[in-house]
Amino acid sequence: MAKTVKSIVISGHGTNCEREVAHACRLAGADADIVHIAELISGRVDLSNYHFLNLAGGFLDGDDLGSAKAGANRLLHARVAESTSSLAAQLEEFIAAGKLVMGVCNGFQLLVKMGLLPAIDGTFKQTCTLTDNDGGRFENRWSWLNIDPDSPCVYTKGLNRLYLPIRHGEGKFVTDSPETLQQLENLHLAVMKYADCDLHPTMEFPDNPNGSQASIAGICDPTGRLFGLMPHPEAYTHRTHHPRWTREVLPEEGMGLLLYKNAIRFIEKELL
Amino acid sequence: MAWRIVVGLKDNVKDARGERICREIREHLQIDLNSVRTLDVYTVDASLSDDEVTQAAAGPFSDPVIQDFAVNKPLAQNFDMLIEVGFRPGVTDNTGRTAKEAIQYLTGRPFKDGEAVYTSTQYLFSGLTDKKIAENIAKDFLANGLIQHWTILSADELDPSIGVPVSVPKVVSDVAPAVRALTLELSDAELLEISRQGMLALNLEEMHKIKRHIADPQVIAERQKVGLSNKLTDVELETLAQTWSEHCKHKIFSAKIDYEDEHGSKQMIDSLFKTYIVGATDKVRENLGKDDYCLSVFKDNAGVIEFNKDWSVVFKVETHNSPSALDPYGGALTGIVGVNRDGMGTGMGARLIFNTDVFCFASPFLEKELPPRLLHPRRIFEGVVEGVEHGGNKSGIPTINGSIVFDERFAGKPLVYCGTASIMPRLLHDKPCHEKQVLVGDHIVMTGGRIGKDGIHGATFSSEELHEGSPVTAVQIGDPITQRKMFDFLIIARDLGLYNSITDNGAGGLSSSVGEMAEDTGGLELHLDRAPLKYPGLQPWEILISEAQERMTLAVPDDRLDEFIALATEMDVEATDLGTFTDSGYFHCLYEGKTVSYLSMKFVHEGVPQMVIPAKWTPQDLVEPDFSQPEDLADELKQLLSRLNICSKESVVRRYDHEVQAGTVIKPLMGVANDGPSDAAVYRPLLDSFEGVVVSHGICPNYSDIDTYHMMACAIDEGLRNYVAVGGDIDHVAGLDNFCWCDPVQSEKTPDGQYKAAQLVRANQALYDYCVAYGVPLISGKDSMKNDYQIGGTKISIPPTVLFSVIGKIADARQAVSMDVKHAGDHVYLLGKTADELGGSEYYAQHDALGAQVPHVDSEQALLRYRTLNHAQQRGLIASCHDLSDGGLGVALAESAFAGGFGMKIELSSLSTDKPLREDKLLFSESQSRLLVTVSAKDKIEFEKLFYDQSCDYIGQVIEQPELIINGLRGQSLVCATLEHLKQAWQAPLREM
Repeated sequence: MAKTVKSIVISGHGTNCEREVAHACRLAGADADIVHIAELISGRVDLSNYHFLNLAGGFLDGDDLGSAKAGANRLLHARVAESTSSLAAQLEEFIAAGKLVMGVCNGFQLLVKMGLLPAIDGTFKQTCTLTDNDGGRFENRWSWLNIDPDSPCVYTKGLNRLYLPIRHGEGKFVTDSPETLQQLENLHLAVMKYADCDLHPTMEFPDNPNGSQASIAGICDPTGRLFGLMPHPEAYTHRTHHPRWTREVLPEEGMGLLLYKNAIRFIEKELL
Repeated sequence: MAWRIVVGLKDNVKDARGERICREIREHLQIDLNSVRTLDVYTVDASLSDDEVTQAAAGPFSDPVIQDFAVNKPLAQNFDMLIEVGFRPGVTDNTGRTAKEAIQYLTGRPFKDGEAVYTSTQYLFSGLTDKKIAENIAKDFLANGLIQHWTILSADELDPSIGVPVSVPKVVSDVAPAVRALTLELSDAELLEISRQGMLALNLEEMHKIKRHIADPQVIAERQKVGLSNKLTDVELETLAQTWSEHCKHKIFSAKIDYEDEHGSKQMIDSLFKTYIVGATDKVRENLGKDDYCLSVFKDNAGVIEFNKDWSVVFKVETHNSPSALDPYGGALTGIVGVNRDGMGTGMGARLIFNTDVFCFASPFLEKELPPRLLHPRRIFEGVVEGVEHGGNKSGIPTINGSIVFDERFAGKPLVYCGTASIMPRLLHDKPCHEKQVLVGDHIVMTGGRIGKDGIHGATFSSEELHEGSPVTAVQIGDPITQRKMFDFLIIARDLGLYNSITDNGAGGLSSSVGEMAEDTGGLELHLDRAPLKYPGLQPWEILISEAQERMTLAVPDDRLDEFIALATEMDVEATDLGTFTDSGYFHCLYEGKTVSYLSMKFVHEGVPQMVIPAKWTPQDLVEPDFSQPEDLADELKQLLSRLNICSKESVVRRYDHEVQAGTVIKPLMGVANDGPSDAAVYRPLLDSFEGVVVSHGICPNYSDIDTYHMMACAIDEGLRNYVAVGGDIDHVAGLDNFCWCDPVQSEKTPDGQYKAAQLVRANQALYDYCVAYGVPLISGKDSMKNDYQIGGTKISIPPTVLFSVIGKIADARQAVSMDVKHAGDHVYLLGKTADELGGSEYYAQHDALGAQVPHVDSEQALLRYRTLNHAQQRGLIASCHDLSDGGLGVALAESAFAGGFGMKIELSSLSTDKPLREDKLLFSESQSRLLVTVSAKDKIEFEKLFYDQSCDYIGQVIEQPELIINGLRGQSLVCATLEHLKQAWQAPLREM
């Protein structure tokens, strides 16, 4: 029997998009388990049994200390029951094994605030952040995204653009220094940028909905296997998700699914 | 000891929150400031080391990329005035709770009882030196004195070595728990005084009923057996006050109404609820026969209908008006998370799929002086919108349908309607999931949040009695995350079969939830001292009736209790065994082993006396306005598009996540630029199926000033035509009624009570007539009957308002239709006749008139039209469909055109009318049951054939040119306006809100 790609979607403490992320993984050809974080902490579920870790959107702990801050703190410090290991250590092993991690929206905020992205020099130290939209408000709108074709990102291979919804109040991407930003650009880690309808990266609202530095909507690590983005690919897996599906001729399959398919294809090739 | 951690943005980082506040202070208070910056403050009161506190400040509390922090030192510099706003003791502080959990993860040590983290916000003003103005900014904008306190310091008053001094808003109470015994052998005046002083809202008849009950020798004998006397305990009195309250027992809808109509004929109506609401549903279900799709109506927290053979849909809409008037943010947040619990507390529990919200406000731009205690409508608007935003977004539930209705009288009381739909399997463990049954011996288990003094006596609590150090009881603040964690747990517990019944804790707290569940077994034994408290010092009666949020009550069988509690603990949810359900026949509460309440279940639930309310209907003497047709109808149209009831609500819609859960197919905003106003929403609850739930609503308080009968009829029709416009199946649809009335009981305070009661009767009669005629069963609803403001000589009563919510299905969501025109060359049709029905219309309101000829609904014609439209939609013949409501045909044409990005050329002479009508009336009449439809030229013949014997006028064409061209009755040019101008008029008014 052919082996199947096993994906895991972590839920709990305010994660909201676990069901549709799991659905997207399944549509793309993987098995998908929604696992409550309590099951990881209790030691009943072992992360190492999976190939593809999904950190879904939501409001971890209400984003009360700033988006995903409390969630990052939990993952960094929670101990796994009856074991010497911590969740953070399990996560690092998962990454070291060359497996895939995708964080969407709150999941992206979590990766960045844990220092797992962009991890330019391979160490896990926070160098970027996602903070309040310039408008000071939550926004739900669809955005055009320009994709860097030279990025090592395994999820965006062969893609040059996407059209996806954003739904966040803290999506403004900021780096700790101009050097970090320069490195992100030089290494083609700033894989996804908010763009106008001609696909030019833009700083203009509403095409750039939050004022992100260099229009950055999503970044990957130098291996291309860790990827985070503010837009929601799991929210566009079928044409009826598109806001203009009643007036445009669209392919049955939504653009967001392409990211999941690339991930699954990569795992099938490299990890199975 | 306590520390203050202050966190602020680094100098080069934009402070979006501060900028927004600076802008809003200018708009709200007309005060110009140079700048506002904001800092977050955490007051940590726990046994920690300095190092641990610094680690928390550097770790979870601040973001090293953009923020700096200081511990027990000020961070503030370069400012003129500082205002710090924090919560009063006992107020729900969600961020404080998260901060505490974060420190616990960091140290690996739990906080001790009484240890906590408290949050506050520091605002640094530059360009503000007058302390009086600072006080106004704090009082009128930054803080709500009911729940928050503030400190104001000028720059030279801030001690640079310590900053703002540490103060811990901890609840301190040295009151020992005690139960008072009350004698009721008192005079009428004294009995009423007990009710008034205790905020019990029990009238004299009810007090007498209780007095007689407690004096019954048999009752006394039974009480003596459990150690009680012939005096009533405070626990018992409070239980009765809660259970018998208007809120819980719906005394007005259950009353006998002595009704006299306009012809002088009299009728005694025994319960409006039973006669008209239940009556209509019974009749509709009888007519549906074997096709009846109702599963659970009126008996549970929400109504349940079939969705398909495996799933059912649950829907409930609530109001949260009074709390939102006091604290718009907390009130509205609590409204939405409260109605979420109704879905979870229906049957064995359901998974929440979407929210709806409808608000009624006065204009945010109101420039009148407001009477005392009323918040400005702009503050109410801002607070309510933000409360519902946080409640819905954080809970991961999309808000997919809603509206905002404006009328100056809503300054007296805003209306905040929150709805939630959920989905449950038809069968759970081989039993219908919409049913539940408590068994004798089941444990009473409370889960979720803890009990505090929140919401005791709800909004009747008067704020004058609040003082520093006493917990705030008037207002509750919801905590979406605690609730979300509880729901995650409960769905797992449900699927494991760990409980027999579940309900939510809302009004009346445990007294209502446990009391209602115990009706299954006929008794309960509740140990109040076992309930987990937020802080010490609560009296037993307070524990019983607290409306602290995020709590559900369950009946857990003895053999599953350990498993239930263990699962809760693992998922970080508190669950506590509080006693058992019995068949003793008694509502039996104990505190530390001693009986504190012993009332017969029968008396608690059936004892309340039925009110008798007089009602007399006298039609208003109204006339049509006398003005001639304005010359420039294009200008009239633009003005209408800019009216608050018609203009775009996009700025609000975008703040609500309407796509989470990936099910939204017809979104609130659609069209070529994603900004056209959808009539209804279509939602796929099952990701692997194309079956859709359709939801919409109708609300038209503007017609109430003429006749509430037609107001109700129009609201029902509006709800249904919005529903069919997108493709909702007219033969699988249900309604929910939410009445919001002004006090209809004749009294000194309400001299026009008879008229208001008659308005209520007429609305109910229409509800019955039209639900039966349309075949729409009512499955749930709610009433809120005291929406008046009265202080001193000023009284403001809201216009009688009914929200009619509609839920149903579409077999294939891919057949749904949006409102934007699609292609140049498509044919434009108007379905339905236009009549001289502008009474209560937006057009008359624009001319400062009410009018007399309110729209009448012809349900027979409408039903045929809606069914035929369904057929046309299923055959794919409809390119776009938009309902005609406020502003009539003119507004519908403009909206469809600019949403689609194509112009239209329309001939008014093509409209069929029974009598000749003036052109402005043709354009702006609000005759009901009309829809604007566009059809591709290739489908023209098939479409016209479907509608051959109905009112279906071909009125023009969609054109490439981006202009709305309307020709008059003589073929002359009447309106010629660019889409850009029309859209601008429609988008401008609320764009910056």
